[in-house]
Amino acid sequence: MAVIDIRRRTGYLFLAVVVAHVILISTQVTTRRGVPMLQEAVFGIFSEVQRGANAVTTTVQSSWQNYFALQQVQEENERLKQQISALQIRLQQERNLAQQSESLQKLLELKTATELKTTAASVIAGSASPEFRTITVDKGNGDGVHADMAVISPAGIVGRIIQPSPRASKVQLLIDRNAAAGALVERTRAQGVVVGTGTDELRMDYVSGSADVKAGDSVVTSGIDGIYPKGFVVGQIQSVRRGAGQYSSIVIRPAVDFSALEAVLIVLTPPSAVEAAGRGADQDH
Amino acid sequence: MKAAGVVIAIALALALQTSLARLLIGGTAALDLVLVVVVYVALTSGPVTGMLSGSAAGIVQDALSSGTIGIGGLAKAIVGFGAGVIGQQFIVTAAFPRFVMFIVATLVHSALFMGMYMLLGLKEFPSPWAAVLSQAIGNAVVGIVAFAIVESLPGAIERRRFKRSSR
Repeated sequence: MAVIDIRRRTGYLFLAVVVAHVILISTQVTTRRGVPMLQEAVFGIFSEVQRGANAVTTTVQSSWQNYFALQQVQEENERLKQQISALQIRLQQERNLAQQSESLQKLLELKTATELKTTAASVIAGSASPEFRTITVDKGNGDGVHADMAVISPAGIVGRIIQPSPRASKVQLLIDRNAAAGALVERTRAQGVVVGTGTDELRMDYVSGSADVKAGDSVVTSGIDGIYPKGFVVGQIQSVRRGAGQYSSIVIRPAVDFSALEAVLIVLTPPSAVEAAGRGADQDH
Repeated sequence: MKAAGVVIAIALALALQTSLARLLIGGTAALDLVLVVVVYVALTSGPVTGMLSGSAAGIVQDALSSGTIGIGGLAKAIVGFGAGVIGQQFIVTAAFPRFVMFIVATLVHSALFMGMYMLLGLKEFPSPWAAVLSQAIGNAVVGIVAFAIVESLPGAIERRRFKRSSR
């Protein structure tokens, strides 16, 4: 009899937990008003835990490396790596400018360069759940970081800020299933939307079946989404399949190695401001 | 005391999932260490503890992810409850049954998690089989190793004490 009672109570408890979860999920799904308080609070608290855990692992890792490697060589190596990263970013901006001036038949000069204001951030944690492709970086509201700011790396576009807290921010990677960016094929300027698939590949949607697109073409951001600055590398077209429908099925290999991200740049200049500055420079000339 | 142990184990699993996994595997790990802890707790402590730990751990994991809070919690609560019931009804002490248990738990968790997202129209999961299977095998291996380590600890301490006292 006692066993039956316990089983009954366990069943009720199970039912209560399930109902509580369903209510919790329902409130979020129906309202959809910004970030839930619980999410904000837990992320804020746990980002400090992540920071601590990262500090411990980084200390252990660096002690280990310093023990076996020559410290001065390592420091010089780090400095050189940072210089290379900065130069690669600069190279991408210059490349974008060159492409623009070519397409406008050299009417625009290189003076119309759009200088992006950025801040460097370290990756302090990966995704808490394997189903989501996010990272946590060590810069937040206190550093001028806000939601929907673009995150880039020397190789290309990384993602966007989705949840900033005072001292850390969550970044949705471009390969996440819910991520998307306006993009164009660099060679032919065919426009489309690059979307994440949750795997290591991207998909480019809404490219007309008649557009001149082939494997090996480079895909860059178009800037029309209002998040990512124009002209940054997204990846290279891996395959193009022209079906019976209106659009081609295009698979893209991302330029960024998302499994080896350590440091990124957060673009503090809103794309609208960059565009406005670009237009102002055009009128001056 | 036991509750504190469960809380610490879940916190450790979350910290490992987000920090160490990034260093070892890079970016996104093909493991769900929190699920491993929930199944372990359910098998050793029963359905109620398994369900409550699964619910709490899942909600925290949801809050740290960019998903809907509660979906992971509900999936883990159900898996924790189910694993606890099976742990009470059957003898799940040998390595192989435990391995199967972790595999089944991961498959059920993935089905519930993805199913709820798809049912609510929040997210699509096209052809997730390879990822789910690799996660199931990874979780099972980690779970078996965790069981082996935890169960060998008391014996190892006892042997060490005996050696010291016999000197």
